Amino acid sequence: MSSKPFEPNPYLPEYLQKLEIERHEQSLALSRRTFIKLTGLAGGGLVLAMSMGPGARQALAQTKSPAAEVTLNPYIQIRPDNTIVLYAKNPEIGQGVKTSLPMIVAEELDADWSTVEVRQAVIDAKLYGPQVAGGSTSTPTNWDPLRKAGATARAMLVAAAAKQWNVPASELTTENNVVHHVKSNRSATYGELAEVAATLPVPDAATLQLKPRSSYRLLGKRITGVDNTKIVTGQPLFGIDFRVPGMLFATFTKAPAIGAHVKSANIDEIKKLRGVKDAFIVGQQGDHIGFNPGGPAVGSGVAILASSTWAAMQAKKQLKITWDETNASSDSWTDFKAQAKVLAAKPVAAQVLGQAGDVDGAFAGGKTLDAMYTYHYVSHADLEPQNTTAWFKGDHIEIWTPSQTPQAAVDAVAALLGLPKDKITLHQLRGGGGFGRRLANDAVCEAAAISKQAGGIPVKVQWMREDDMTFDYYRPGGFHSFKASVDKGGKLSAWQGHFITVSRDGKAPMTAANIAPTEFPANVLANQRMLQSLISSRVPTGPWRAPGSNAIAFAVQSFLHECAVAAKRDHLEFLLEVMGEPRFTVADNLRALHTGRAANVIKTVAQRAGWGREMPQGSALGLAFHFSHAGHFAEVAEVSVDANKKVQVHKVWVVADIGPIVNLSGAENQCQGSVVDAVSTAMGLKITFEKGRVEQTNFDKYPLVRIDKAPEVDVHFVESNYPPTGCGEPAFPPAAPAIANAIFTVTGQRVRTLPFSAEGYTL
Amino acid sequence: MLSLNVNGQTLEVGEDVDPKTPLLWVLRDTLGLVGTKYGCGVGQCSACTVHLNGVAIQSCQVPAESAVGQRITTIEGLSAPGATLTAVQQAWVEEDVPQCGYCQAGQIMRATALLARLPKPTDAQIDNDMAANICRCGTYTRIRKAIHSAAAKIAKTGGAS
Ligand code: FES
Ligand code: FES
Repeated sequence: MSSKPFEPNPYLPEYLQKLEIERHEQSLALSRRTFIKLTGLAGGGLVLAMSMGPGARQALAQTKSPAAEVTLNPYIQIRPDNTIVLYAKNPEIGQGVKTSLPMIVAEELDADWSTVEVRQAVIDAKLYGPQVAGGSTSTPTNWDPLRKAGATARAMLVAAAAKQWNVPASELTTENNVVHHVKSNRSATYGELAEVAATLPVPDAATLQLKPRSSYRLLGKRITGVDNTKIVTGQPLFGIDFRVPGMLFATFTKAPAIGAHVKSANIDEIKKLRGVKDAFIVGQQGDHIGFNPGGPAVGSGVAILASSTWAAMQAKKQLKITWDETNASSDSWTDFKAQAKVLAAKPVAAQVLGQAGDVDGAFAGGKTLDAMYTYHYVSHADLEPQNTTAWFKGDHIEIWTPSQTPQAAVDAVAALLGLPKDKITLHQLRGGGGFGRRLANDAVCEAAAISKQAGGIPVKVQWMREDDMTFDYYRPGGFHSFKASVDKGGKLSAWQGHFITVSRDGKAPMTAANIAPTEFPANVLANQRMLQSLISSRVPTGPWRAPGSNAIAFAVQSFLHECAVAAKRDHLEFLLEVMGEPRFTVADNLRALHTGRAANVIKTVAQRAGWGREMPQGSALGLAFHFSHAGHFAEVAEVSVDANKKVQVHKVWVVADIGPIVNLSGAENQCQGSVVDAVSTAMGLKITFEKGRVEQTNFDKYPLVRIDKAPEVDVHFVESNYPPTGCGEPAFPPAAPAIANAIFTVTGQRVRTLPFSAEGYTL
Repeated sequence: MLSLNVNGQTLEVGEDVDPKTPLLWVLRDTLGLVGTKYGCGVGQCSACTVHLNGVAIQSCQVPAESAVGQRITTIEGLSAPGATLTAVQQAWVEEDVPQCGYCQAGQIMRATALLARLPKPTDAQIDNDMAANICRCGTYTRIRKAIHSAAAKIAKTGGAS
């Protein structure tokens, strides 16, 4: 047993690292079995080493694989007819990993993609290590393990052929599910070799030869989604589509004022309504306000179980609940804004998160400017509202859910019901959107609690859109006040950011409401200071596509443009100057901002968009850059604005450096979608609350962009040789400031609020 | 007792179902045709789009009883199981439109109805019809491309979709 302290994968964002550490600690407490400890919780490489071993293969043999399929490792099965089954380990929520992760395996396996069937893997940390959809981490954290999984199986197939033909393995080549021995003109299919290969020793990971990029046959190509046919023919795939015999459809009603408790409800009347089979009050269990995917999270509310979703929805409308609001939130966004104004006026009273150089000296010697930015709360609005099916069976429970953190969901249900984790079977289903919402497992907990309280009846808890919008772990709203100076030469000489954010305990920001002290441009400037002030809040917050970055980039990249304007400089030239010499901003950290990679994407996007070209009256180009999730993204927006503040976003150019591309079609789709999402969010989306009650309840008050207002999006990848990084999020942050900067260039008016509709702009 | 004509079949809906139940929920919960999706329930998102006599409608807004005697087509009924996909479905697969895929049944149903009416739609005509449907994942660029590509396919094969 290793005595080294547990270190979560450093690639992961903070909230996922926390999750990994928690899972590790719980698991130490629960189990001393070395196998689980090592394989379930350590980083990718170790998991692979263990999961390729005989223990895992035995476990696999017991759990699945009809005789026809030969299992080479948890990711790969080969059939005698020379077709291949690959297992996709992570949840699919629209980010495309069910296609792209198996592509990585297939590349090293030298598999013929047209013979591959992809299946969703079981949720099992022993076999697959962390199974998460979050933080744009699937590609970077699985890149090595999956390549090794493919290469391991390939080496075993080659060894089987070498044995059969009695030739050295080094003389064999592979292509499209076939092993060749050119010298003797012999070949054998993977299907023919699999059975023998499976009996051979697993090669040492150190002896594996991974392909150089130049010989990739599959990676970097456009591969269409493996579930496309099922999607276009309407087959059941999603959480909401699942059902078991005897299942009841349930709604769950929580308090309009966040954190209130049910005092009483007209349960008897509800039970008499058509289609209603049962109704009861569910007490609060755990904490559903703090974002904690691995903990019980059931709010106080009323469950209605009915013979159809509609019957449950109708009965929900008839509910009369008296709420005890003693401990409920009375938060008010109007009040937050007033508090922020007071705090922004007193930066001296703020906490200093970080500083360097002589900020005040530079301010005194240059031309200073200041501004305050505001961004509203937003909801995830996954098109498939939250849901989970659960079937409590006394000493165990079965769950079907589209969670983004299925392993944490098991932890949460174990804690909620007091069951050992091995008594919880979780089936991973496809999620109709995620964007971070399904990292939280509150709907999973509700279904588990309701199925149990109903006496072990299988139940699908289905949230209405109204539930989904009024009980979310929102992208926190907040405020960002800046002061900066430009010197006589027009150079940015100092920068001070005062981040005003929400806190539940008055000590630290809530989840995804924090800022790194080194957030750009603090990490590239000699004179900089980062301040923070807190506002008390109980409105739940959580990671929302590109957490932090999704609002910070708007404020920072807009204010940088303000600085360029104050310095009377061209924005492009100014931004490149801020980047300075090409270097990593954290020494030897491949996941850190590299100013050279940044400058490269900025220059490339300017070139592609024709920066500096003559624009028609009322139109302009706007530029922005943001680094997040280890991805360097620069974007230019072409925008026109009329006298009534009506905005048209005609086109957005995206240039990204995320290393080599795994699936070109998927990566491009993610970038296009992120930009459309950013246009929605920048132009019109906001969640507000008064007296602790969220004011927007459905899409009529939450105007997601539709096809007629969606811009054309041009995506270009700079395929550098750095390790590949994820792509579900980092294209989002630069779009809003690029649009705002263009609006300024057209109108001379600076937009300092997200969404822009709060300042009178409409699409 | 309601009798509905869905995808060319007559299906009986039992007494226990309120005839005022929106068609969406009868399709999903009673008849088990879950390809049609729930997104908002208030006529905003069109995830629930099906055809009533070939016209795209939001099934969450139509009581099942008012669909009696009419021809209902759902995403499951566009092409028979295992048979060739329609031009629109094919275009959706080839252009790799879906991200999460949740809205796509509704998008495909509306696009199919659009092409039946206007075999060669302009971008403005596409906007006009398709703006009824929300794609939270923002796949609009590809939806537009797929509609044009399906139109070209249909033109080539002489109208059969
Ligand atoms: S579910 Fe019918 S329009 Fe949204
Ligand atoms: S593909 Fe996800 S909502 Fe359209």
